[in-house]
Amino acid sequence: MVDTKVTLCGITLDNPVIPASGTFGFGQEFHRHYDINILGSFSFKGTTLHPRFGNPTPRIAECPGGMLNAVGLQNPGVDHVIAEELPALRKIFHKPVMANVSGFSVEEYVEVCRRLDQEDGIGWLEVNVSCPNVHGGGMSFGTCPEAAAEVTRAVKAVTTKPVIIKLSPNVTDIVSIAKACEDAGADGVSLINTLLGMRIDLKTRKPVLANTTGGYSGPGVFPVAVRMVYQVSQAVSIPVVGMGGVTTAEDVIEMMLAGATAVEVGAANLVNPYACAMIIEDLPQVMEKYSIDRLNEIIGAAHKAN
Amino acid sequence: MDQQICSVLENKPLTDSVWRMRLKADTASITAPGQFVNLKLDGLYLRRPISVCDWDEGSVTLIYKIVGKGTEAMSHLWGGQASVDVLLGLGNGYDLTKSGPSPLLIGGGVGVPPMYGLAKKLLAQGKDVTVILGFNTKDEIFCEEEFKALGAKVFVTTVDGSYGVKGFVTDVMKDLSYTYFYTCGPMPMFKAIEKTAVTGGQFSFEERMGCGFGACMGCTCKTKYGNKRICKDGPVLEREEIVW
Repeated sequence: MVDTKVTLCGITLDNPVIPASGTFGFGQEFHRHYDINILGSFSFKGTTLHPRFGNPTPRIAECPGGMLNAVGLQNPGVDHVIAEELPALRKIFHKPVMANVSGFSVEEYVEVCRRLDQEDGIGWLEVNVSCPNVHGGGMSFGTCPEAAAEVTRAVKAVTTKPVIIKLSPNVTDIVSIAKACEDAGADGVSLINTLLGMRIDLKTRKPVLANTTGGYSGPGVFPVAVRMVYQVSQAVSIPVVGMGGVTTAEDVIEMMLAGATAVEVGAANLVNPYACAMIIEDLPQVMEKYSIDRLNEIIGAAHKAN
Repeated sequence: MDQQICSVLENKPLTDSVWRMRLKADTASITAPGQFVNLKLDGLYLRRPISVCDWDEGSVTLIYKIVGKGTEAMSHLWGGQASVDVLLGLGNGYDLTKSGPSPLLIGGGVGVPPMYGLAKKLLAQGKDVTVILGFNTKDEIFCEEEFKALGAKVFVTTVDGSYGVKGFVTDVMKDLSYTYFYTCGPMPMFKAIEKTAVTGGQFSFEERMGCGFGACMGCTCKTKYGNKRICKDGPVLEREEIVW
């Protein structure tokens, strides 16, 4: 009997599989099809202080090995999330959930985190400083070590929950940003958010996405994500949550060998609503195939020091 | 929603670019005409949403136009041999309870197929169904005889006048009396119908989708009653809620 448990910032998960923010809503669409309590946890839809419609459509484009999205942080705002989504969520999900937070100013990140900090059932705050699809916020905090550190410090001051900073791959040196977050008190980092991309329609000669650019996700980004998790996890001593193109139980194990303590699954949920259920079902036999007794023992096994 | 691996019973062209595919499927999850299915095709990452034309207990019929890589890939699935991963029973579909005794159904081009399943259901309820099918030209016409065989009154319009009434669907619509309307087709046609219609009605929208089941917020539109996901809260919206 293999052991799939991992511990993320002091909270033990039955398995490392966490649907990524923006691909799982608040769980309802998936709970109709399988019991989402089999998940390690899940990261709910990125929440801002005020309701946001997001970007105009089209927001989605096909890509080799994945997809582009430019949803633009559509969400009902933190007060609605607290009043409506979280009570509904607590009825169907009985494990700590990861609260994904976004903002356009340090004050906004702080206020959303402060309000969510009071809520039962939230295990971690995943602070998104890396959304590529909004202007004047999101990624602008995640592309500069000082700004990322400033958000981290400000958020840490208003919450007792573990703070995981979600990082952008659209930077020159992700390691320096991860280190800045660690130095500022982050309890963990998650990576990678989507890679900035675009597609052009040959018939109209115009960008496919109304937002012109969007975030690339799916299996095509997996090697980039593995490389960044490998680099960051060797440079920091806080846990790293790995994500980017994870589709199979083998991918989860590869991401953990690279240094991930837990693994988020994003785009795969959209193509196959049962993706996470299948990964969790497959994990024990894939662990046996590769002679892994306890999943928490392989974290970072690929590092040079090992 | 229901996920199935469906074998392809039939897949053949009706016109130069419009094909009909029949899939073997348990259709229990399809609850209303106007719903859609989402197909996983080899070599493409995202599923492709296609409206349901008709269904019975053991099969679902799709009529699709080849417009891009997804529909091109669909046309390469061999009837009798291929199988395809399908999510069935997506979207809200048309609300038949509002039709009144004499509903008008308007399909434009590749918006015609969902009107077939709708006409069938309404006729089974004893409604007096009139259908307007709009095409650009004679060579593009499909399903006219099928609608007639159901027992609906059928008008065909062509923009170039090569068949039926010359002009647009609204050129016929303006002279008809009806209790309610249902439509699917391109946006310019929708806008003309909105100007011409004298009753309530329902429009079926399309949008590029990520998931097709309400998770990704890729296809959200604004309505008078708040944001709606075309895939989950639509694709059918009521006339009164649409922001034009």
